[in-house]
Amino acid sequence: MTSTPSRRKAYDGVVLCAPVTVPYRRYSTNSAHWWIGRALQALTKQAGLQPTDLDGLSVSSFTVGPDTAIGLTQHFGLTPRWLDHVPFGGASGMVGLRRAARAVQAGDADIVACVAGDTNHVDSFRKTLATFSRFAQDAVYPYGSGGANASFALIAKNYMNTYGARREDFGKICVAQRDNAMGVPHALMKKALTLDEYMAARPISDPIHLFDCVMPCAGAEAFLVCSEQTARSLGLKSVRVLSTIERHNAFPGDPIQVRGGWAMDAGELWSMAGVKPDDIDFVETYDDYPVITMMQLEDLGFCKKGEAADFVRSHTLTNDGTFPHNTCGGQLSVGQAGAAGGYLGLVEALRQLTDAPLGTHVPDARIGLVSGFGMINYDRGLASGAAILARAA
Amino acid sequence: MTEPLARPGRKDPLKKTRLPLNPQGARSRAAHGLTAAAAEGRFVLQSCADCSAVVYPPRDACPVCLSPRLPYKDVDARGVLLAETTVRSSTDPYFRERTPWRIGTVKLDAGPVLVAHLHGDTKEGGRVRLGLKLDKSGAPVAIALPEQDTPHMGDDPQLRELTCDPKFRRVLITDGRTAVGQAMAKAFSEAGSSIIFVGIADAWKPFPGMDALRGIERVEIIPLDITDSESVLEQAEQNGGRIDIIVNTAEHIRAGGIIERRGINIAREEMDVRYFGLMRLAQAFGPGMRFRGADGVNSATAIVNLLSVYALMNWPTYGAHSAAEAACLSATQSLRAELRSGGVRMVNVFFGPLETEWFQTVPPPKVAPAALARAVIEALKKGLEDVFVGDVAEDIRLRLAVNPKALERELAG
Repeated sequence: MTSTPSRRKAYDGVVLCAPVTVPYRRYSTNSAHWWIGRALQALTKQAGLQPTDLDGLSVSSFTVGPDTAIGLTQHFGLTPRWLDHVPFGGASGMVGLRRAARAVQAGDADIVACVAGDTNHVDSFRKTLATFSRFAQDAVYPYGSGGANASFALIAKNYMNTYGARREDFGKICVAQRDNAMGVPHALMKKALTLDEYMAARPISDPIHLFDCVMPCAGAEAFLVCSEQTARSLGLKSVRVLSTIERHNAFPGDPIQVRGGWAMDAGELWSMAGVKPDDIDFVETYDDYPVITMMQLEDLGFCKKGEAADFVRSHTLTNDGTFPHNTCGGQLSVGQAGAAGGYLGLVEALRQLTDAPLGTHVPDARIGLVSGFGMINYDRGLASGAAILARAA
Repeated sequence: MTEPLARPGRKDPLKKTRLPLNPQGARSRAAHGLTAAAAEGRFVLQSCADCSAVVYPPRDACPVCLSPRLPYKDVDARGVLLAETTVRSSTDPYFRERTPWRIGTVKLDAGPVLVAHLHGDTKEGGRVRLGLKLDKSGAPVAIALPEQDTPHMGDDPQLRELTCDPKFRRVLITDGRTAVGQAMAKAFSEAGSSIIFVGIADAWKPFPGMDALRGIERVEIIPLDITDSESVLEQAEQNGGRIDIIVNTAEHIRAGGIIERRGINIAREEMDVRYFGLMRLAQAFGPGMRFRGADGVNSATAIVNLLSVYALMNWPTYGAHSAAEAACLSATQSLRAELRSGGVRMVNVFFGPLETEWFQTVPPPKVAPAALARAVIEALKKGLEDVFVGDVAEDIRLRLAVNPKALERELAG
């Protein structure tokens, strides 16, 4: 990993606190507004704040339409002086955190509520797919309408052909995550999973099989971004931001996706944080699908391009293992609550680093890396981001 | 290797007919450049007028130089199938009942990457050529075909879903008295259609070619006069449930402009045969065809309307005739929209002057009836929607695209 000195300003004194998860449900008759509202309520209760004390708000949601963040201020009775709408799917958490952290640092807001929430009505997933983007409408959905499963099947197939990864390697990731999910009360998939069961699952879109797929559901995730001082005065345990990266539409000339924007910016991520991959105690990747997890391990510098399968084979990925990964089970086990899927890793990392995980602890966790990925606009995910977080001193 | 289609057996009248569903047909305005090309069987993509980048998916600015000038141009359709998947679980009702369904990522030699339907004879890592087709919703899609034709390739289920192949389908040719009608019967017989119903009005009146027509394999002569509503309805009641393709060969061709041809009697006949005739056919057979649009191997699939190319721009030498053809063309546009819910295609085949007695005084080039029939078969096999047959029709198409006003003046002589 080449490391060039970062020219970016550090996030000194900015912290995340008050992790919130509104327990997921497979289907919900409630609206996205209801889910987001419950998350905001939980945030204010945990922090002992009045809703009007939130002077910043960042919202991510696929299903809150026709409203955007501005409509939600009136809906929830908030009067923020800083407002953001981040409709970036699996990268929502990264992008939301980055912007909120700079707003707090610059004094544009004191306490930013970052929230992602989506509902899942019985037919809303199909509708979301059919109208996901203009390119999807014109050039993907009419081709079998297999949704993200089919698009990532093509990416996974090419990755397997190119680098020799096998289904068993993907399976090892999924099985370990299921182990990690066993103690998480609201995980939608909490039945233990064996590699044999993984291998024998029904095919969805070859080589993607059932347990490679996340389960769409309703839910919400949230946290607060504020100064370390504010967190302390509220009596909240907090987590520092060592570094972050973000990139969109990286490597547009690659005929099929084998890497994401992390590969452009990983050097920056490590040098800004002043730590090395070996210093990381746990990693939360965006796990929709396992092949994307492998790309993240490579592009973020845990191993070389094409070697993630070997890396997975040579590590144990459970919370008590050599490489604790997706420590609450990830979306593969707890479900994908729309844009909240892009918050899941951040909120879980915040819990691990404040000794409050919903499931099992990662022993002695001091530094965690969280990665986001999202928006398969046409044939590949466009958005990528990552953050390195550390336990407050 | 494509498994050859088995001839479908007789339909069980107690079984429920599978109702037609369509894949999502919504497209952006820019994407309709592909619709126009697919309708004519061309392969085009946007090519930047400023930096020559070939661009896909359709968009409104060049991703290389941001130029807004992105005309559609013919491009090399060859490329490599990088990766494939078989979709076994689909959120869309149309595909749900057609899975497993293969799609793949194709990298074109011309640059762009397309997600495409896959013909069964394509292989991952192998060379393919892309074709643009209209799917059941009338929207354009790409399908990767084997680089060279393979045996029975038209029988591939995913390709056949995008075409109107006459093989094993049952055809109605509305008028067998004309040279075109007879050539059409022969061509459909050779293309493997199961039954070729050929309409003859006033069967007691003999006509040239009658014996040869009766001698064509699988031809069944039926009484049909498309200027007579009762006759059309009677045929629809009798055979409508087993007609998959209609080819409207009824013609009415007389020279003369609007002023010089006195009175409106002939014009009325023209309209009766061409405009009202099509209307009678559509009203009698349309509902049944729309209902049977997904009815297995021999589902209802197309209405073919033969049109003078002068439907697109009036030729005053045949001025009144051109006007009736224009009315007929307009009706097909409405029918196209009305048939879409059943996945039934309205195919317009535009031809220049024919090698028949009604164009006796017109100089060549002219279109032989057999050539017109071949073009119709080809159009159905390829799944086209707009077809231009012969040099004159092609000439008119090109001139119309460049400058309609110039064409109007020049046709006036």
